[in-house]
Amino acid sequence: MNTLKSIPPQKTTVLESESVVVRFSGDSGDGMQLTGMQFSDTAAFLGNDISTFPDYPSEIRAPIGTVAGVSGFQVHFGSKEIFTSGDEYDVLVAMNAAALKVDLPRLKKGGFIIANTAGFDKKNLGLAQYHDGINPLEDDTLSNYTVLQVDVTRLTKEALADSGLGTKDIERSKNMFVLGVLFWMFDKPLDHTLKFIEEKFVKKPEVALANEKTLRAGWIYGENTEIFNTQFKVSAAKLPAGEYRSITGNHATAIGLIAAAEKSGLPLFLGSYPITPATDILHELSKYKANGVKTLQAEDEIAGICSAIGASYAGNLAVTTTSGPGMALKTEALGLATMLEIPLVVVNVQRGGPSTGLPTKTEQSDLLMALHGRHGEAPIPVIAASSPSDCFEMAYEACRISVEHMTPVILLTDGYIANGSEPWLFPTEDKLAKISVKFLDKVNSDNDVLLPYKRNELLVRPWIKPGTKGLEHRIGGLEKQNETGNVSYDPKNHETMTKLRAAKIEKIADHIPLAKPDSGKEKAKVLVLGWGSTAGSIKTAVRELIADGNDVAHIHLKYINPFPKNLGDLLKGYEKVLIPEMNCGQLLQLIRAKYLVPAIGFSKVQGLPFTTPELKAKIKELL
Amino acid sequence: METAEIKLTSKDYASEMEVKWCPGCGDYSILKQVQTVFPDLGIPKENFAFISGIGCSSRFTYYMDTYGMHSIHGRAAAIASGVKAANPALSVWIVSGDGDALSIGGNHFIHLMRKNFDVNYLVFNNQIYSLTKGQYSPTSERGKVTKSSPYGSIEEPFNPSELALGAKASFVARTLDRDPKHMQAVLKRAHAHKGTSFVEVYQNCPVFNDTAFFAFSDKETKKEEAILLEHNKPLVFGSNDEKGIKFEGITPIIVNISESKISPNDLWIHDEKDKTKANILSRFFDTTFNDVHFPRPFGIIYANERPVYDENLVAQIDTVTAKKGKISLNKILSGEKTWTIN
Repeated sequence: MNTLKSIPPQKTTVLESESVVVRFSGDSGDGMQLTGMQFSDTAAFLGNDISTFPDYPSEIRAPIGTVAGVSGFQVHFGSKEIFTSGDEYDVLVAMNAAALKVDLPRLKKGGFIIANTAGFDKKNLGLAQYHDGINPLEDDTLSNYTVLQVDVTRLTKEALADSGLGTKDIERSKNMFVLGVLFWMFDKPLDHTLKFIEEKFVKKPEVALANEKTLRAGWIYGENTEIFNTQFKVSAAKLPAGEYRSITGNHATAIGLIAAAEKSGLPLFLGSYPITPATDILHELSKYKANGVKTLQAEDEIAGICSAIGASYAGNLAVTTTSGPGMALKTEALGLATMLEIPLVVVNVQRGGPSTGLPTKTEQSDLLMALHGRHGEAPIPVIAASSPSDCFEMAYEACRISVEHMTPVILLTDGYIANGSEPWLFPTEDKLAKISVKFLDKVNSDNDVLLPYKRNELLVRPWIKPGTKGLEHRIGGLEKQNETGNVSYDPKNHETMTKLRAAKIEKIADHIPLAKPDSGKEKAKVLVLGWGSTAGSIKTAVRELIADGNDVAHIHLKYINPFPKNLGDLLKGYEKVLIPEMNCGQLLQLIRAKYLVPAIGFSKVQGLPFTTPELKAKIKELL
Repeated sequence: METAEIKLTSKDYASEMEVKWCPGCGDYSILKQVQTVFPDLGIPKENFAFISGIGCSSRFTYYMDTYGMHSIHGRAAAIASGVKAANPALSVWIVSGDGDALSIGGNHFIHLMRKNFDVNYLVFNNQIYSLTKGQYSPTSERGKVTKSSPYGSIEEPFNPSELALGAKASFVARTLDRDPKHMQAVLKRAHAHKGTSFVEVYQNCPVFNDTAFFAFSDKETKKEEAILLEHNKPLVFGSNDEKGIKFEGITPIIVNISESKISPNDLWIHDEKDKTKANILSRFFDTTFNDVHFPRPFGIIYANERPVYDENLVAQIDTVTAKKGKISLNKILSGEKTWTIN
């Protein structure tokens, strides 16, 4: 994809590129996430399209210097549209030997390595388990790459020699030196990060000053040191005009929920128990007290969903957020919400499973659980976000469907898009869809009897808030008599109610967008059908194949239960259907079962997103 | 237009559902006492919400003509916390049993006490699983022979009031089905208390654990086996109120008032707000002091108000709103840093 094109030689070579991938890699305590975010934000502000991918260990501070403790942050930025965080990187920043060891395999041949030499001393080499006497910076291990050795630790110390700061604080500033070097390399100004430093350390001016000094020292080092003779130039991308911000998936989910609450006029309630990688939604929503958002950190996952059920019963827009293991614990309560027919939004930020699995790695393996993971016949709408900013739209949709159709809704995102970020052409309030909510305020039958389970044309029952005079009634998990909602063990009634609950969910298909190809046409030799966070990889692969003249198309599903009404007809337009998923073929089963299409699966369960070459190779097999 | 409110009666709180507990079940009495006191609590009928779990006790919700949710096993406390957080104006009553509250719902039980939502938590303790037809429960005594313990239970039972105090309950009371007046008084106090009011109700299960608590209500034995607590009153019991409890150091002892000529003022004066005394009182259960068996206390063991979760939740929202002001949705959407592409 992005080949680095040389511009006529001068003292500093400037390479122009359509897109570049940089990987920041270091110890968990080296500040790589922050460094990466600063670099990404600066690129975004300057008009590049970007996609980021934080890749960190589940241990907060694994033993320093070890392979287990390596924390990475990858950013893909370009002058063209960027849909993934990049398969291989052009530049690897390795703060120590372990970082190099972990991340070297995915550095492009001929790529750049910026190595912090202090991280390659005898101790660090030992911790990274390089054999005695072997130092990759000194032998021919890296002969295929351009290696820029920088003693970041010493240079930072020198820059801060008269700062009066202790060794620990000085040591902590070294990521700023690296960032300064990178800003020089990519010809980016320091302004954004300088402002960030000023704001972050407003109460510690001496630390702010030290960070600023180190950042500038890094930039100057890049400019003045002979080993740095290459600069990259990535021009601004031609993105749709408008006002942008940078956003991660979890952040987008949080404000999607707030937006839905504001637009529906309902107070927002979150009942949640901390779990990776979903916790940031709880963090984010906890900040919005001034907007009346109530967040309850529950004693466990079950209390998370149950408190939300209680809040919904009392008339709030109620949400619970979790990841796989928590989802498993919530299943009984999901059945209750289905039986009560009350709104409830459940966000599952998927991670590698089963059990504790890969807490910080991504996977799409909870799809069938979302659809079927309850006892009894308990259909629940399932929708999925396809990118960080799409989490906003789908969180908003989850709320809309939930309150308008009186049903729990499961929103699936995953670790990749939850933590990844991208520029977002955010909407203004007036552009958001209407969400209509009406609470029953008087008896809904002619004979003065309240019928809590009397349905409207959408087969939806009324929402009745406790505190409403004259509508006192009881609901519960026992089967209900049609319309009256009274407990009923009548066999025929149970079947009627089971079918009504299912028909209500099916009817949602009339109120969601139809499916359409994201790339390619409505008829083609091969359709690549995806869902969730694979959108970027599939889009990149399919567009490149189409550009090369291949007969291929891409449809991305955001609504999985119910499916868009036209999906069955649409599928008939393709000779072959390929379904890539980060699981062992879950959407595949659903599509085959529902549409009797001999779809072909392509699965990856490595805790990592698909790469473009992987997808292209598989698609080509079918062309 | 204002109209004079017609005072409701206990009948107004009875739903149309046919009550389906076994004949002689203690639950009937509890239902009756709740329906009796509710018209006097000064709460509009529509503002009561009952939340129950699963078990015989939890059917209670269906029999009250109020708002109610019969939920899932063990989770009533968690659901109730959400109801109360969402609408603090509601008077929320949790109805549960010993299995529902203390076994499957144990975690929610302790955390509700700790967080101190302003709700009332009635636990009907019959020391047996009845709806599943007779297995030992977390409050069944050691050695209990049931269908799941044919050779006797080898488990130590929970002492619910001791557990609640350990979980920082702000209100702990005990009453029993066969003493309607006492139960009514306790229910009124539970309602009046701000914070989680835990009320353990000894409830007879005539089918699977008959007479478990008769010692505390039977004429022959109750004066010896039960002691009624009254705030600021000495601890006195016995067939002729001849026995008192006092402290010798930190150990409670039983004294004969008439024989030892002890003035009532020398006895242990019940103080609902004294947590240390409440802890010792709660242990008048299966603990002996110097091998002496003590009578079981009934009434308000502990009541001391402290910050209430739902009030603090609202107060925090008000404080932050006053300080920061509501953020417009457009501002939330744009965030702090944006850039424009032309």
